[in-house]
Order: sequence, then C-alpha cells, then structure tokens
Amino acid sequence: MLEVTGLRVAYGGIQAVRGISFHVNEGEMVALIGANGAGKTSTLKALARLIDAAGGSVRLRGEEISKLAPHRLVGQGIALVPEGRGVFPRMSILENLQMGAYCRSDRDGIDADIEHVFTLFPRLKERARQLAGTMSGGEQQMLALGRALMSRPQLLLLDEPSMGLAPIMVQKIFEVIRTVAAEGMTILLVEQNARLALETSQRGYVMESGEITLSGESAELLADPKVRAAYLGE
Amino acid sequence: MGLAELRRDRRAAIAATLAIGIVLAVAPFVIGATAGSTWLRIVDFALLYIMLALGLNIVVGFAGLLDMGYIAFYGVGAYLYALLASPQFGLHWPLWAILPAGAALAGLFGVILGAPTLRLRGDYLAIVTLGFGEIIRIFLNNLNAPVNITNGPQGISGIDPIRIGGVSLAKPIEVLGFTLPSLHAYYYLFLALALAIVFVSIRLENSRIGRAWVAIREDEIAAKACGINTRNVKLLAFAMGATFGGVAGGLFAGFQAFVSPESFSLMESVMVLCMVVLGGMGNIPGVILGGVLLTLLPELFRHGAGPVQQALFGKVVLDPEALRMLLFGLALIAVMLYRPAGLWPSTRRRRELRGNSA
Repeated sequence: MLEVTGLRVAYGGIQAVRGISFHVNEGEMVALIGANGAGKTSTLKALARLIDAAGGSVRLRGEEISKLAPHRLVGQGIALVPEGRGVFPRMSILENLQMGAYCRSDRDGIDADIEHVFTLFPRLKERARQLAGTMSGGEQQMLALGRALMSRPQLLLLDEPSMGLAPIMVQKIFEVIRTVAAEGMTILLVEQNARLALETSQRGYVMESGEITLSGESAELLADPKVRAAYLGE
Repeated sequence: MGLAELRRDRRAAIAATLAIGIVLAVAPFVIGATAGSTWLRIVDFALLYIMLALGLNIVVGFAGLLDMGYIAFYGVGAYLYALLASPQFGLHWPLWAILPAGAALAGLFGVILGAPTLRLRGDYLAIVTLGFGEIIRIFLNNLNAPVNITNGPQGISGIDPIRIGGVSLAKPIEVLGFTLPSLHAYYYLFLALALAIVFVSIRLENSRIGRAWVAIREDEIAAKACGINTRNVKLLAFAMGATFGGVAGGLFAGFQAFVSPESFSLMESVMVLCMVVLGGMGNIPGVILGGVLLTLLPELFRHGAGPVQQALFGKVVLDPEALRMLLFGLALIAVMLYRPAGLWPSTRRRRELRGNSA
C-alpha cells in the first residue's frame, strides 16, 4: 500500500534520513524502531508532509504523494497521530472528534464513527463534553488516536504513541491499536519502545543514524541478538 | 430542556432584543440631550472602534494570530475614501462605491501582509505585523513626493461627508418635518454597519471556517492532520479582519472629513488589541464591551479628571492626560491579574481557566 524509496530528509546541511526504503502492505502493521535521533520521526513527518523531503519517492497505492500539500493527505486516506498528542486543548472531546471528520460531510457516517470511537475508548465517552486540555496525557493520546480514525483513513501513521505515558496507559493504548489493526487498518508505527512495537506489529524496520540497518518479521527481530542487545536492554 | 422552558427562553430572548433595540435607537437623543454633542461624537467613535475590534478579533481571537499592525487596514480604508472623495484628485465617488472598494483593498492588503508571515507565530508574528503596520503609516506620511498622492504629514482635508441617496449626513436632515442632527445620523449609519459586522462575525464563528480558525489557534499541526488547508484559512482570517478595518476606515474618513498619518500610529493598533484582549478574546459580546469601555473611559478621564481635582484640591495636581495613561495602565494590570481571560470571556476560555467540565 505504501512504498517508500530512497527517502532523504535534511535539516540545513545535516542529513537526518539518508535514503531509506521500506514498504507497508495492505492490512499490515509495520513498526519503525530505533533510538532517539535515529530519524524515525523525521521519516514520519516527511510522509505526513509536515516537512519537505530532500529526495526519494513516497507512493500510496502506486500514486506519488511526496509533493502533495499536507491537508490533501487526509483525502488520500492517510491520517497522522502527531507526536506529543496534538489534540485541540480548548475544544471538547466531542469537538475534537468532529474536527477529525473535517473533510467529511456525511453526517450520519460521522455520528456512527464517533460512536465507534467511543466503544474503542469508553473513557472518552464519559468525558465527551470535557475540554481536551484538561485530560491526562493518556486520555489525550486516546483522543488523538480517535480523532485520526474519524477521517476514515486507510493508512494510519502513529508517531510515538507511548511517549511520556504511564505504563498502564501504554498498555491500554496499545490494546486499542491492536483492536484497530484487527479491524483491518494498515498502520505504520514509529516507536522508541522497541519491545512493545515489535510485539504488536507483524514486520519491523530498525533505524540507526538515518539508515535502515535491519528489517524483517517482528518476531525474528525480537529474537535477533543485535536487536536484543541494542534496543531491548539485554 | 422542556418545551415550556424553550418557549419562555425564546420569549425572554425576544424581549431582550427589543429592549436593546429600543435603548440603541433612543440612545443618541438621550446622550445628545443630557451629555451634549461632544459625548455623542465619542459614542460615534465607539461604534467605529467596535467595528475595528471585531475585525481584529477574527485574526487574534478566532485564528490566534497576534497582529500588531491592524490599524494599517483602517488607514488603507480611510485613505482610499479620502482620495476618492475629496478635492485631492477632484474625485467625488459615492459611498456605495467607496466602502466596498475600501473593504476589498484592505482585504487585499490583509492577504499581502499575511502571506509572508504564514510560518510565524506568537511574538515573531507580532513583531513582523507591527513592522508592516508602521511601513504603511510611513508610506502614507511620505507619499507626497515625487508624486503627491497622500499629501504627506499634512493629511487630506476637505473630504466629502458621507452621503446616502444624495443626502449629506454632515448637515441636519429633515425627515417628515422632524430634524435629525448630523451626529445622530452618523450614529445610525455606524450602528447599522456595526450590527452588520456583528452578524457576520457570529455567522463566521459558527461556520466551518470558524472551526478551522479555532483548530489552527489550538494546534496548527493537528489542524493540518485534520485536512485543514492552514495557509488559505489563515490568509482568509487576515483578509476578513482587514476588510472590517477597511470599512471602519472609510466611515472614519467621511465622518472626520480629514485624515492624516498620525491617526494610524502603533498606539492605535495597541488600543484596538487592548479592546479585544480586555473584553475577552474570541467572544463577540466581550469584544464589543472592550470597544465601548476603552473608548468611553479614557474620555471620561479626559473630561472629568480636571474638574474633579479642582473641586477636591482647589487646583489641578496631576495633568489629566498623564493620569489617564496611569489609570489605563493600572486597569490593564488589574484585569490581567483578576480576569486573565478578559472581562467577558468566551465560555471556552472560561472553562479552560476553571479547568473543569462545563
């Protein structure tokens, strides 16, 4: 579904991503793991068109999307859950979810999808009228995920969903990510928590200083001695 | 809410609207009769400032873009009126042609000034817009050479008064044997346009674009991720806000019959911004309140401080002008300390500062 070839990202003269290639198949969850500063978030930002790529191509179902304006991606079926949650703090939960459906006009479908998000995250339903900024970090992450689902994406980009959250919250978020994946969503997961990411995904890529150094089935990567030594703290 | 309650609510709303309508309709006669024409003139100005504050509210309050050069659009509107309806070029266009032209030109300037600042936020945006505002004022000040367009620092005088259907508002108008003084006529014209701007603001606030503005104010990246074309939506905020400023500027020029660059100084931008912030950013009634208070209170001091001191101490101890700025500063500090969201904040801001659910 998503085919990335030779993607490069540079900040000034510094290359953050040095020509990486990877792909995500339809209905698959792929993890992109690596240490801080390996270039994971830069990769995702370039995919979401929040920054310009310095080179390479990004194809979605064969169509080049690396030059599209960021707001056009939603129409192409891509939804991003930004790093650090990125909810609208002074809007209620309900308004946040409605913003997620900004590009849609099918009122009944939107209402049905809001109900669907509420079944995934019952916590959000309890607080539907509360301002997003007054919720805990975990709840905001739930909301950001729910809001991304509101655009009915075909490909979900998750940027560090576990960042800064209590372990119990991380478990909850990942449970929902698994549920969403089981419903057939294609997911690209960028995550520092390598163990969790590999346990959740089918395939994985390991990034190191802007390059992909390892790739394969997540289970194999989990068993790989190099990965275990570098990322799983063994 | 039950049906009976709803009906009662509606009846209350109609009653309130009627009451406000009557107060607004008779206000110029009451003020004119009790406080005199000086105060009626100040009320007319208050209406102009309300239009300005509502325009800036779209940029600052709704879209969260801190614009410190807003008065430039007021200047653009005013100078366009002055150039198209004065002996300066011998042109005497009618109001119905100038006002839309002024609105459109100011809107265009909004886009021109907005476009280079799209990547900026907060303090940086404030500094750049401040610079733009000053550039326009300095242009107006210096466009008397090599070709004299704006008449430089002397300004343009002898501007045509506003005419509606051939009737000049500068002279008392006879309607069915009843005389409507000039200031009263201007009051009704300004009131009508201010109400139109209030109406447009309310419609914008509750529109798809209004929600996009709020989303950008709250989190620009998230707004992009929701599929909002942040560039166009921000430019639209600049353009809409500037349009309101352009309309108010045109009215100002016709009302004053004189414009000069010093009416569009940075201090004026700051004043309009204070109206928005003090009243309650993003909340239309709050912004109107801010506009009224910040026009009337300084005038009260200007006219009241001298006589009061004379009565109390037998002489004027503090220069009323200095006292006015002192009290204005104190009032600003007090409001920011005790009502940080403004005197009449939007429910959104109020809820945020209380930090609980509605």
